[in-house]
Amino acid sequence: MSKVDLSVNLAGMTMKNPVVVASGTFGFGREFGQFYDISELGGISVKGLTLNPREGNPPPRIAETPMGILNSVGLQNPGVEGFIEKELPELKKHDLRIIANISGNTPEEYGIMCERLSEAGVDMIEVNISCPNVKAGGLQYGVVPEMAAEVAREAKNHSSVPVMVKLSPNVTSVVDIAKAVVDAGADALSLINTVRGMRIDVNTRRPVLRMNTGGLSGPAVLPIAVRMVWEVAQAVDVPILGLGGISTGEDAAQIMLAGATAVAVGTACFVDPYAPIKVRDGLEEIAQRQGLSSVTQLTGAVQPW
Amino acid sequence: MPMTRNCPITDLQVLTADVVSITMEAGDLAEQTKAGQFVNIKCGEGLLLRRPISVCDVNGTQLTVVFQVKGEGTQWLSQCQVGEELDVLGPLGHGYEIPDGKVLVVGGGIGVPPMLYTAKCCREADACVGFRSEKNAILLEELGAVCGKVIVTSDDGTIGARGFVDALVRKALAEDSYAAVFACGPKPMLKSVSLAAKEGNTPCFVSMEERMGCGLGACLVCACSVGGHYKHVCKDGPVFNAEEVDW
Repeated sequence: MSKVDLSVNLAGMTMKNPVVVASGTFGFGREFGQFYDISELGGISVKGLTLNPREGNPPPRIAETPMGILNSVGLQNPGVEGFIEKELPELKKHDLRIIANISGNTPEEYGIMCERLSEAGVDMIEVNISCPNVKAGGLQYGVVPEMAAEVAREAKNHSSVPVMVKLSPNVTSVVDIAKAVVDAGADALSLINTVRGMRIDVNTRRPVLRMNTGGLSGPAVLPIAVRMVWEVAQAVDVPILGLGGISTGEDAAQIMLAGATAVAVGTACFVDPYAPIKVRDGLEEIAQRQGLSSVTQLTGAVQPW
Repeated sequence: MPMTRNCPITDLQVLTADVVSITMEAGDLAEQTKAGQFVNIKCGEGLLLRRPISVCDVNGTQLTVVFQVKGEGTQWLSQCQVGEELDVLGPLGHGYEIPDGKVLVVGGGIGVPPMLYTAKCCREADACVGFRSEKNAILLEELGAVCGKVIVTSDDGTIGARGFVDALVRKALAEDSYAAVFACGPKPMLKSVSLAAKEGNTPCFVSMEERMGCGLGACLVCACSVGGHYKHVCKDGPVFNAEEVDW
């Protein structure tokens, strides 16, 4: 059988394969580098960065749920400068695309981070809009199209690398948010972020998470991700990085058929450090079995009823 | 370096009403395990996360874990059979640094098992262990084989003196000199043991517990406040200098 071309192009950023590891599930790559060369991956979306270092939320920060996990880490990270100084040089020793995931409290913070990270030489910036806007009384940017657009515009104006906006599923219309950020200049979209959830210990009557609620991820959210990628892909013309519960090549193929150009593996990394490699190999096998010359032929190829 | 291995179960013993011991053939994973480290075990297909369990003992390539049946994961694990394979990730974490002199190992309840391998790795060790009651007592014979003295206490006085382990630690440190105190058990016990060690001017290292995700240091969920900052039990610990823990 002839070899399948696994390379993809995500908004001008070429990758040798479509598998990225999702922000917050792979740190800065060091831990997984003990198992295999992370150059095997198409790219890494690094642990979510903020302008200043953050300690994160008090524990417990994790709860297991049926085929999923809830987390409330609270963006513990070394800050943009800490990342540029200590982590980026290490990552650059490897042959993979570096996507800097950022969260800000104000549109200005996003702008400052985009400038610093563009200068420092990341390949792409992923803008997390699922964080509270301090100026708007803590309302999340990601739930109001105008506010999401404002952040996207600010990020785009201060970046010299492609800007990808990460969409939250916790909205009434993900398509409206998607259109707003694309109109504001976003070069790509990633979806979905975690789904808000809660687990209660019936004996103590306390929520398991110290912050009461958290973000649900893992196989439980895959169907939500497939549906949202499908809806958004039909509404916008920018490429999509699809994620949410992917743990096999077949999961990845579903997300691509729904319209994604590339995929990210997240929670599955916690279960099996080799999960992203297995997803890549599984995807290649499916493409080969279906006689495709390029994995890009899967993108958006779903045949809806 | 951590690794993933499929480890056939070679022995399974029920130690008490809710405590089970599993020994597996773990090859190089066992050979590389140091005192105080843990393994992360996949517990069936229906549960997503692995379960972190301290290593109780290592004999060549055989690795033993002793755990309490608490939830669905440990329930599944307790029902495995000899011959079945476990998907094991390990060895993980930063364990105990073994000093030159004699060590006092201290365990409370399900915190006792990791003290067995720890005592074995020390040049010389005495043990102070505490249980709720005689029916919860585990591994006394095994500890006796590797420790000079094994002093037992229980909450209800059904085995050893009635009381808590910190009283035993105070007494031991008054009677003898130790290079370090190594402890594992519930957090309130660790706190009181660290206080006893401080009073006895003996360095104390404790093994902490927190709900875990990856076990590798990537997901950052197992936060534990140490020296005013959130460190991570799986990678920075589980063993921390008791003086630095924000109790």
